Amino acid sequence: MGARAAERRGWRYRGNVAARVLAGSLGAYGVASCLAMAVARLGAGGRIDGVIAGTLCAYLAVPAVAIWAFLARGPWRAWGGVVVLVAAFGAMAWMIGPPAR
Amino acid sequence: MSAIREGTRQVMAWLHGWTGLALGWVLFVMCLAGTMSVFKPEISRWMRPEATASAGRVEAIAAATSWLAANAPKSTGWYLTAPDDRANNVEATYDTGGDYVARALDPVSGAPVARETLGGEFFYRLHFELELPFPWGRWLASIAALTMLVALVTGIIAHRRIFRDFFTFRPRKGQRSWLDGHNALGVLAMPFHLMITFSGLVTLASLNMPWGIVANYGDDLAAAFHDLAPGAVDRPVAGRPATLAPIAPMLREAERRFGGAPFSRVAIANPGDAASVVTVYRSDAAQIGATTAEVSFDGPSGRVIGAWAEMRPAVGTYAVIYGLHMGRFANGLLRWLYFLGGAMLTLAVASGMILWVVKRRERAPLSLGNRIVERLNVGILVGAPIGFAAYLCANRLLPPGLADRAQLEVTVALDTAGLALLVALAVPPRLGWPLLLGVLALLCLAAPIVGNGLSYLAQALARGDFVLPVTDALLVAVAVAASVGVRTVTRRRSDTRRTMRGRAMA
Repeated sequence: MGARAAERRGWRYRGNVAARVLAGSLGAYGVASCLAMAVARLGAGGRIDGVIAGTLCAYLAVPAVAIWAFLARGPWRAWGGVVVLVAAFGAMAWMIGPPAR
Repeated sequence: MSAIREGTRQVMAWLHGWTGLALGWVLFVMCLAGTMSVFKPEISRWMRPEATASAGRVEAIAAATSWLAANAPKSTGWYLTAPDDRANNVEATYDTGGDYVARALDPVSGAPVARETLGGEFFYRLHFELELPFPWGRWLASIAALTMLVALVTGIIAHRRIFRDFFTFRPRKGQRSWLDGHNALGVLAMPFHLMITFSGLVTLASLNMPWGIVANYGDDLAAAFHDLAPGAVDRPVAGRPATLAPIAPMLREAERRFGGAPFSRVAIANPGDAASVVTVYRSDAAQIGATTAEVSFDGPSGRVIGAWAEMRPAVGTYAVIYGLHMGRFANGLLRWLYFLGGAMLTLAVASGMILWVVKRRERAPLSLGNRIVERLNVGILVGAPIGFAAYLCANRLLPPGLADRAQLEVTVALDTAGLALLVALAVPPRLGWPLLLGVLALLCLAAPIVGNGLSYLAQALARGDFVLPVTDALLVAVAVAASVGVRTVTRRRSDTRRTMRGRAMA
């Protein structure tokens, strides 16, 4: 039971881990969802082609963001990355707009 | 491999451990049930040993529809799967005014077979619905699959030497042995593990990742499904009764349009109505992509009212990924490789869960939380297979013709597994492991024997049917493996006792 174990019981450490867990789960799913929307609207072939491309890309984003959430230098940076990606993909989807029928 | 910093690797190992623990037990049940589902038709045949009649697929579907026309005329839909070289009965799902029922129909008479059972369908449904009501089971399965994707990727990054782990196993060294085993199981079939996890997510995509659909279709789900399967003919009920035209000519016409390829499934919407639609789907047993052609007929007249063959690259990609997960295209050796890959993933999950406890026990006495993990390991890693074996025994022991027989089998499976879990939570693991492994061995030995089992075996051998004997042999193999487990656990315990006694004497 060294200083490290004591540190692990502290609220600072627990808050740090909790923030990263949330960024790596809900945050990762949020990034994946926005990526799915952006790629779906970007998809050139047709409405359904974009949906399929977007969905397949989205799953790859989940492990990537989850790993980022725990590798980032601090919980604030972890969430910062999530927010930047959500904003970027969300803005992309919003600017392209829904496809015409 | 030193491109990755040591700190990064530690973080990955930490994340791999916790993501694995979080839903490990759910993943174990999913992987085990999924592995069994590879042989879904064969398990169904083992569980219906008297129903050995066989007929061609066209004749079998014709027999099924004439029985259904007499016994379920007011149904909203009959969904039929034709027999093929793996299954001999027609698998039917239909309603008779209330809930849908699933029955195996005799290919000659068209009537439900006497030994009413879900057969292999139980494992298939459990694999992604986890015996929970819709949509919660599929949600949990999706979350578990996403977690496994993270666990797989972090497990790979955390790894120092992928190649050397192919050949590393140091037995009887406690934590080291479990780690070597876990690594070998993970590394040897790693492409399979990644493929099956990713494609599994894709099969539930409309539930777990609907945001692409939302972006391009808003809430017009019908339009999305129409674009995905443009061949589907969906028309409202006419409200006037009508009888179906003979179905055999429709089936033959569909096969002609498939270029001679066989059909596998037939859906008949509103069969007793003037607006009934018969849709015939091409079999995907000879191609990776799942169901890529269909022909629809007007029910009362038998005229073709729609036909579609999937040629679009994006949808084709989706169909191939979906088909890779279902593995229906895999025959012969490839099917056994699917089974082996699934078994290795199941064992990788199990060994990972055990490793979690072993690693911590070798460092310090287990915390309360980890002692609970240890008992849950016993209860689920052995309890789930016990439930499955009990399901097979119940199939032999419950008399045919019993009311609600199929549901009773499932109840036996779930209750036995639940009871095993309770026992595992109540007794210390050093007792729980050998006790439950022993019960598993006995149940696996009993399943081929109880309720006339041996005479079914003799009949199958006389017919030259190898599905039943091979299944029996696999059950015996599991029994042997479980007995070896009992021996190993008890011997290791007496070894430790001996060393302790030796130490005390010195």
